[in-house]
Amino acid sequence: MKEEKDYIRDITEIRSMMERSSKFRLLSGWAGITAGLLALLGAFFAYYVLDFNPGGELQISGIIPLNSQVVKVLLLATIVLVSAFSTALYFSYRKATERGEKIWTPITRRLLTSMFIPMVTGGVLIFALLLNGLIGLAAPMTLVFYGLGLFAAGSHTLAEVRFLGLVEIVLGLAAIFMVEYSLYIWAAGFGLAHIIYGIYIYIKYEK
Amino acid sequence: MIPTEGLHKAFESRVRLGIMSALAVNEMLDFNSLKEYLDITDGNLASHIKALEKEQFIGVEKSFIGKKPNTRYFMTSAGKKAFKSHLDALEKFLESNRKY
Repeated sequence: MKEEKDYIRDITEIRSMMERSSKFRLLSGWAGITAGLLALLGAFFAYYVLDFNPGGELQISGIIPLNSQVVKVLLLATIVLVSAFSTALYFSYRKATERGEKIWTPITRRLLTSMFIPMVTGGVLIFALLLNGLIGLAAPMTLVFYGLGLFAAGSHTLAEVRFLGLVEIVLGLAAIFMVEYSLYIWAAGFGLAHIIYGIYIYIKYEK
Repeated sequence: MIPTEGLHKAFESRVRLGIMSALAVNEMLDFNSLKEYLDITDGNLASHIKALEKEQFIGVEKSFIGKKPNTRYFMTSAGKKAFKSHLDALEKFLESNRKY
């Protein structure tokens, strides 16, 4: 017959198994910090080198020329997104190797699906906005849809991701009403918020 | 006082309890995922799965991914009921013991 301490261990085991088999646990604080730094770098580059600032310019008329500033900024944003995602992947991969775990699991697939459905939806919408010359709404919308993606993904990983998602959504919605500040708000959301989140995760779980 | 009501003998093994816990939060899991979570050998896992299958607590779904066979497991409603009453009994037991 089992004793009390056995039952307590049973419960601990059940809880840990549910957690282990339903949450993605390979997120690294460094991924957040790097993504934040890359975003800040991108925002600086857009502002100082490409001289980009929507500055209240909600809409431009006519078709956007291919070599225009908008297209360059779009290209820059894509580079920032891809490199941030790649570094996040690298840090997760490293963590998985350290722990001897696999990275491609049903949980990972669920996490990515939840994240990408809102993000791809947003991407298409933003593309349509740009085609119609509504450039001022692009930066706020990236925040909103990225936030929705994080919020959805948050149920498959650390609860902090969900909170970060909410922060991005709020910043994005605020930026819609203050388009003239949207580049700064974008830098705060993708840059500052990521760095603070990353440091918090690092201190709480990895130090 | 050791409770017997609600506790199921099938869940006395921690591996079986682990299988049920993982299936409680995942609609379906394949053999390899279960093996990875529990960190046990193929033979060991297979025998515990068989025992739970015999109790009709878990079901099997066989399919193919390309040409590779893929066996996935899920919790049956009987399994859900038994697991829940097992958890309730554990909870009740620990609660009643706290009073002493």
